Amino acid sequence: MSMPKWFNPAAVLCAVMFAASPLLIANAPFESTMGMVQKISYYHMPSAWIFLIAAIICGVASVRFLFTGKARHDRLAWASAELIVLFGALALVTGPLWARKAWGTWWEWDVRLTSSLMGWMVSVAYLLVRKYGGPGSDKLAAGLALFGMANVPFIYISVNYWRTIHPKTSVIPKLPLDMGIPFWFCVTTFLLLFVLLLRMRVRLEEQRARLDALHLALD
Amino acid sequence: MSAFLRVAWLVLRKDLVVEMRSLEIVSTSLFFAVSCVLFFAVAFVQEGRPMEGAAAGILWIAVAFAGTLALGRTFERERQSETLRALLLAPADRPALYVGKLIGIVALLAVAEVVLLPLIAYLFQAPLLRTPLWMAAVLVSGTIGYCAVGTLFAAMLVRARSRDVLLPILLYPITIPVIIAGVRATAALLEAQPDLEVVRFWLSLIAAYDVVFITIALWSFEPLMTD
Repeated sequence: MSMPKWFNPAAVLCAVMFAASPLLIANAPFESTMGMVQKISYYHMPSAWIFLIAAIICGVASVRFLFTGKARHDRLAWASAELIVLFGALALVTGPLWARKAWGTWWEWDVRLTSSLMGWMVSVAYLLVRKYGGPGSDKLAAGLALFGMANVPFIYISVNYWRTIHPKTSVIPKLPLDMGIPFWFCVTTFLLLFVLLLRMRVRLEEQRARLDALHLALD
Repeated sequence: MSAFLRVAWLVLRKDLVVEMRSLEIVSTSLFFAVSCVLFFAVAFVQEGRPMEGAAAGILWIAVAFAGTLALGRTFERERQSETLRALLLAPADRPALYVGKLIGIVALLAVAEVVLLPLIAYLFQAPLLRTPLWMAAVLVSGTIGYCAVGTLFAAMLVRARSRDVLLPILLYPITIPVIIAGVRATAALLEAQPDLEVVRFWLSLIAAYDVVFITIALWSFEPLMTD
C-alpha cells in the first residue's frame, strides 16, 4: 500500500505554486476601496472554500460509515475532520485580519462568521471525541458529524435573522482578469494542498489499521 | 404504532418512578441551576440594578447547564445498574426507548424551569411571567430541542471514556441555534412592548429544529447504539 504515483510530483508542484503565489498576488492590481488589505483574500477565500469542502466530505463520509459500518468511510471522515480544523483556522485567522481594516472591527456576529466558527467548533469537538472518547468513539464522532451537518441551515437562518454584514460571494465571477488569475491560481494551490494532505492522512490511518490487524494476527 | 408508544410510556414511567423515589436528578440539577443563577446575580447585579437584558441569557444558560447535568445522570443510572443492556436487549423498538427517555428529561427540566423563572424574574427584575403562555411555549420547545440532541448523545456516550467531559463538548456546538433562538425570543418577550412578530419567528425556528433533530435522532439511534 504505497503512495500513488502522482503523489510526489503533485507535492513538488504544490510547493512551487505556493512559492509563486506571493509574486502573483503582489502583481495583482489594488482593489479600489480596500487597497492593500484586500490582498489577504487571495488566501482567505481559498481556505474558507476548502474548509467547506472538507466539512462536506466529512459529513457525507460519516453518514456512510454510520449506515454501512465500513472503516474506509470512517478513515476519510477523520482525515477530513483534521483538515477542517486546519483550513478553518486559516480562514478564521485571516478573516478578522481583513475585517479589522475593511469593517473596522475584528469580529462581527455575522451569519457567515458565526456559522463558520460553529462549524469549526463542531470539528474540534469531533477531534476531541476521537482522541479521548476511547472505544466506540468512531460511531460517536460520526453521529456528531451527522448532527453538525443538519445544524448548518439552522445556524445560518438564526444568525441571518439576527444580523449580517459579510459580503456575498457573488462578486467572484465579476472579478477583473488581472485579479481573477491570481485568485484562481491560489484556489487551485489550496485545493491541491488539500488533496495531498487528505491522501496522506487517509494513508496513515490505513497503515495504522493494517498494523493493528497484524498485531491481532500475531497474538 | 401503539406498541411504540407503549414502550415509550413504560420507559418514561420507569424513569419517573425511579426519580420520584430518589429525587436525585431533580434535586441536584435544580440546586446546580439555582447556584448558577446566584453566581450571575453576584456578577451582574450592581447597586441593586441588574445589567440590562441579562435575564434572558441567564435563564437559558441555567437551563442548558442544568440540562447537561440531568442528561448525564439519567444514563449514568442505567450504566451503574447494568440495565442499559437489558433495555437494549428487550424486544422493543429502540427509537421508542429514546422517546421515553427524552420525554422524561424534558419533564424533569420543566420542573427546574418552574423554579428558575420566578427566581430570575425576582433577582433581575425582569417581567418573565408577564406573558406566561408565550414564555412556556418558548421554554418547552427550546428544552425539547436541547434534550433531543442531548438524549441521543448521552445514550451514545454511556460506553465512552470521560463521558462527563465529552457530553457538553458534543452538545453545546450543536445546540447553539436553539440557545440563540431561545435567548432572542425571551428577550423579545421582555421588551416593554413584547414583540410577538419576533417571538413567532424564533418559535417557528425552534419548532423546525425540534422536528429535524428528533427525526434524525430516531433515524440514527439504531445504528448508533449497535455495537
